[in-house]
Amino acid sequence: MAKETNSKPNRSLSGLEVKPVYTPEDLANTDFVRDLGQPGEFPFTRGPYPNMYLGRLWTRRQIAGFGTAQATNERYRFLLDHGQNGISTDFDHPTLTGYDSDHDLAEGEVGRLGVAIDSVQDMDDLFLDIPLDKVSVSLTINHPAIVLMGMFLSVSEKRGVDWKALRGTVQNDSLKEFHGQKTFALGPGPSLKLTTDIVEFCTKQVPNWYTISISGYHIRESGSDAIQELAFTIAQGMAYVESALERGLPVDSFAPRLSFFFGCHNDVFEEVAKFRAARRMWARIMKERYNAQKPESMRLRFHTQTLGSTLMRQDPQNNIARGTLQALAAVLGGTQSLHVSGFDEAFDIPSEEAMRMSLATQLILSHESGVTNTVDPMAGSYFMESMTNDIEEAAWEYISKIEALGEGQYQIKSGLLHAIDTGYIELEIARSAYEYQLKIESGEQVVVGLNQYQSESNQKLELFQFDPEEEEWQKGRLAEIRGGRSPADVKSALASLKQDAQDDKNLMPAVLAAVGAMATEGEILDTMRDIYGEYVDPGVF
Amino acid sequence: MTQQTNIKVLLAKIGLDGHDRGIKVIARAMRDAGMEVVYMGMRVTPDQIAQTALQEDVDVVGISILSGAHMRLIPRLTKALQEREISNDILLMVGGTIPEDDVEPLHELGVQGVFPVGSFTTSMTEFITENISRGRSAPQA
Repeated sequence: MAKETNSKPNRSLSGLEVKPVYTPEDLANTDFVRDLGQPGEFPFTRGPYPNMYLGRLWTRRQIAGFGTAQATNERYRFLLDHGQNGISTDFDHPTLTGYDSDHDLAEGEVGRLGVAIDSVQDMDDLFLDIPLDKVSVSLTINHPAIVLMGMFLSVSEKRGVDWKALRGTVQNDSLKEFHGQKTFALGPGPSLKLTTDIVEFCTKQVPNWYTISISGYHIRESGSDAIQELAFTIAQGMAYVESALERGLPVDSFAPRLSFFFGCHNDVFEEVAKFRAARRMWARIMKERYNAQKPESMRLRFHTQTLGSTLMRQDPQNNIARGTLQALAAVLGGTQSLHVSGFDEAFDIPSEEAMRMSLATQLILSHESGVTNTVDPMAGSYFMESMTNDIEEAAWEYISKIEALGEGQYQIKSGLLHAIDTGYIELEIARSAYEYQLKIESGEQVVVGLNQYQSESNQKLELFQFDPEEEEWQKGRLAEIRGGRSPADVKSALASLKQDAQDDKNLMPAVLAAVGAMATEGEILDTMRDIYGEYVDPGVF
Repeated sequence: MTQQTNIKVLLAKIGLDGHDRGIKVIARAMRDAGMEVVYMGMRVTPDQIAQTALQEDVDVVGISILSGAHMRLIPRLTKALQEREISNDILLMVGGTIPEDDVEPLHELGVQGVFPVGSFTTSMTEFITENISRGRSAPQA
């Protein structure tokens, strides 16, 4: 079609071209049976299940964690009483990075942005009076995932809950730590080994557990655009599949228990397209590249968190509107569970009031908006299907680049490890983050209340109040635990762990024994850091 | 006023906090503004920062912290800078998730510039050039 005006084409937030009008011509190469299919059928573009929200609404899963296990346990019970139906645990930075609460680097951060867990005793307190066989639990932990998972299994066992009855997720996405979230402890190779240990162990012993939550959310928060988020997340997923295959696991034994986790930004249609493209890409990859046979291995299911980085300090109530838009896009995109970030998160972790608002946003979408009345309501829109095709094509360009960096039978895994080592992925994300910031500063990207439409009102919020006593309390408890256990048992358990690591065995059994002997998270991670070496931020920008 | 093109900035993330999007954006912006940027990366201790500031003879130290631990860690940093007798020669800036109520206490600790999340990079580069041209740590003319 001839260009009729000289005006610049509109672009999506990630830079995809958006035409003024779409027509059937835009879908001339789209075959609805081949490229969309029915909901619940290959290639799952329209959703992983035939009836989607008509069968069951998404899980309202607000992440929470702060202070001690007791304090967080109270918040969980508050959320469960206010309409939440799944638990998602946020750990503090020392726990996420594998340091005990009394480590020098932990100062000021114990229980600050999440709950502090040092030993299996803390894990027990965290889930006090919460039936682990009834409530699904998501453990948001990565490099030390094997330790926290070990603690969780140990608590379940103590309570007489059969591991087969456990439903939940461990994030366990070690590779994204090098370019998103950045709570790494070990290098890419060893952390991938531990991720695969969990996959192998749970596939055999905890069959209803989701073993990895393959995460784009943190990549997006780190400043990537939607295309990069999609591409790097899918590439990570492929690397995990290849690593499990290399371990000798049949694809259909573990693939049904992989899940995904995405962020959701403000560009509604681009986000919906991203989710739909992700499902189609994953289905084809699993079927065609990895020869999966079971439909459950091919259908991508995901959790969504609305993006904290889109939340502004200026006019914080505006963030409720942003959260609603992002949540709407996630639901139109067919999310299986959802966290709406608190409108006050540009100031601190969310207050109880902000979390109540987030849950209300979800409930209003569920029960008042009508968007759940039919499956995949966006399907067939000339624009939506074009956008889905375009974002998929753009994501494939990145995946092909990563593949070209690799070699051998497990080429994506090899390429991704190489791309992490050379800083390629991190630099791509940093470039996007910088370009986006420049657009905001120049006014090209309007952010209401920040660079345009500033308001004079400056209403003070009731923010979350952190109790600094919690850190001292946690350190005291840790000292108590260290004092009350058998030093010989701890020593011997850690020695066995070291031996298994040297013998390249699956470390889950040795970790279970160590947590049972009351070894702390930091002690177990120290043992691993001794063997595998500690990862240090290369500090590239 | 002469254009300063030889300003040297040390950037670091203190504590275990992993939120490094902002500081990397700032690092690029300062580099593009003609400054020399030394980025120490994440998980750096107050002593390491002060020691590097001394060795590298920097004009500015910029700290990013989004974990809420700033009121615990910044006093340790200002003390470490004082111990090395460089706190008067350095423009100290802190950015991140800083509640309104903490801004004044940070100023009292000796932090000259506080930049909460959402601050523009241009406001930071201007802050640096203005303060340094006022002679704070400008090279001898």
